[in-house]
Amino acid sequence: MSCKEDRGTVKVVDGKYKPSGKFHYPAPNTPIKDEKGKLLGITNPRDIVHMHSYGGEAIFFESLGKGKLMATKCENPDCETTGSIYMPFRIFCPDCLTRNKVIDITAKAKKNAIVHSFMITERTGAFNTLPTPIKFVNVEFEGVCTILMGALIRGEPKIGMRVVPIFRTKKPDYTILDLLWVPADWPAKDLPEGYTY
Amino acid sequence: MITFSDRQLKIPKMTKPVYLVTAGMSKFARAFPDRKTEEICIDAFTEAANFIDMTPAEMKKYIHTCYYGHFADHFGDQLLGEAAIHDRLGLDPLGNIGVKTGGATGGSTLWEAYKTVASGYSDCTLALGWERMDEVPTDEGNNYISCAADKDWETPMGHIYTGYYAVMAQKYWQVFGKEEESFRRTMAEISVKNHGYGRMNPHAHGGMKITVDDVLNSPIVAHPLRALDCCLMSVGAACGILADEKTAYEMTDNPLRIDLAAGSHTLRAADRRDMEIPLLPNETKDQYRNLDKEFPGGGRYPGFTGFLAARMAAYYAYRMVGIEDPTKDLDLVELHDAFTISDIQTYEDIGIRPYGHGRDYVESGDCYHTNPRTGEPGKLPANLSGGLIGCMHSVGATGIMQVTEVAQHIWNRWGEMHGDEAKWERFGREKPKDWQNLQVKGAKRGLAISHAGVGSHVTCTIVQHPDHVLPGGMFE
Ligand SMILES: [Zn+2]
Repeated sequence: MSCKEDRGTVKVVDGKYKPSGKFHYPAPNTPIKDEKGKLLGITNPRDIVHMHSYGGEAIFFESLGKGKLMATKCENPDCETTGSIYMPFRIFCPDCLTRNKVIDITAKAKKNAIVHSFMITERTGAFNTLPTPIKFVNVEFEGVCTILMGALIRGEPKIGMRVVPIFRTKKPDYTILDLLWVPADWPAKDLPEGYTY
Repeated sequence: MITFSDRQLKIPKMTKPVYLVTAGMSKFARAFPDRKTEEICIDAFTEAANFIDMTPAEMKKYIHTCYYGHFADHFGDQLLGEAAIHDRLGLDPLGNIGVKTGGATGGSTLWEAYKTVASGYSDCTLALGWERMDEVPTDEGNNYISCAADKDWETPMGHIYTGYYAVMAQKYWQVFGKEEESFRRTMAEISVKNHGYGRMNPHAHGGMKITVDDVLNSPIVAHPLRALDCCLMSVGAACGILADEKTAYEMTDNPLRIDLAAGSHTLRAADRRDMEIPLLPNETKDQYRNLDKEFPGGGRYPGFTGFLAARMAAYYAYRMVGIEDPTKDLDLVELHDAFTISDIQTYEDIGIRPYGHGRDYVESGDCYHTNPRTGEPGKLPANLSGGLIGCMHSVGATGIMQVTEVAQHIWNRWGEMHGDEAKWERFGREKPKDWQNLQVKGAKRGLAISHAGVGSHVTCTIVQHPDHVLPGGMFE
């Protein structure tokens, strides 16, 4: 129905979204009938693009393409949980609501990330781009109070195993899929296309 | 470690008692290619009116305010769907509002209706929920559901909610289930039970006569979960009418007391932080001192193995109505069995068994209508409707279906509402030759849990016969 080449793109100019190119690909409705030819309904096809802001998380998604894993930390001395480090990245501390400091935890993630839980599934939803079966891993970092979800793209997951992040540094698409996980010591020459340590 | 203030932990105290006057359900099915949503909603509404010997027109004269639950505008492909249903029910110009809390939408809709009556805003409120999950192909449906996870951090990974959810099942399976074959069979037993009870329910579309081995041989969805461990995807509607005491007794001789509380937790399981276990009235701090020793890896709370939202909903609700021990004080429950394993997790969150020991509720036979180990009535039968596994999961309707089912037992009318040959025929379903009346004899009090996502929202509904209200509740 849609064609990638003339897909719309968006820029921000003067603080406003400036879309250009083609965004909507109308397609005709078609009838839905039963075996006897009686009309029951119609199909409503559509193809829509949203313009979505990453806001304060933009630095996280931008950093993935540069091979960096950015977390955040509450540095408010008056906060009851001051010093807490958040991964997934939280723009604000959930307790004191001051803006967290962005910190680089790439080195930490390469050294001591372990699998807290995992799940292997053949099922996917429409628009999935990950190879199946998908191996979800929940990654625990030393000193971080939360547990990041990701996908293990090589090897077999196991609770407690050490994993390391890999980053789509060649042609990042600026989604969470720019970050994937492999078992510790996985050979660098066997990473998916476009990904590096 | 995070903490909560005393103000946050305050037990709700309503200004007046609230009653469930009546409730009704449509037929539930995987698809209704020949029916619009309003037709299904009107079926549920009509059943509720007829249940108290009223016509829909007569019942409408009592209704003052309306709450509508449906989780996903995407599925129905209609924004402001509430306004369409409200109009088709002919309830303009009454105030109405839509409620959306994922899988807990039905429970949350009742929660809102309850507060409206308790506050005096309204003497009589409609809570009606539905879901239309059949109008997109299954993979697009999976994508829509995955949009209820975090769109930036989770959805792009597989567009499949099961994956985000089942990591918790894996953790529970390994830490508390210890990956034991016996635990796996206990999970399967829940599926056998709920599919079996679904056979006795003309509304249900998941009734099946199966064995533990059938469950264990069904296709793998996400290890250790197999197809028969998972809930149904359904279309259908359910509704309840809530009223103050005076109005309730004008509408019927037999209204039931109803109370609700709600809890919440992070949208992403990823954001869960450690805390102390909030204790229910039947628990002590000491009993969990060695949890990590008994179940290595189980020391983190709620970690990935407990649902804080369910714990908090029960924390408030039990104290609102004076429940000291759910197994002793209640006669039946309807739980949110999205998966067999999450059903077990919920037994612990709501104190039917202590953390780590949920499986015993099944293995003891307590969760059955008739305990297969002893032949005696089960101590606390669960999901006699068939639950989400054996009856339906038409998201916005589910929590209301559960309360309808619990209430029909307390009304002592379960057999009438499920055994009626004409209903089976109207729904195009064959009543099983071995149909069994699952009415819980002498049921006076019941509970329903409505649960969203990885545990973002949970409501706990307590229904009591007004002559058998527990002592120690908020009106004493
Ligand atoms: Zn803070």
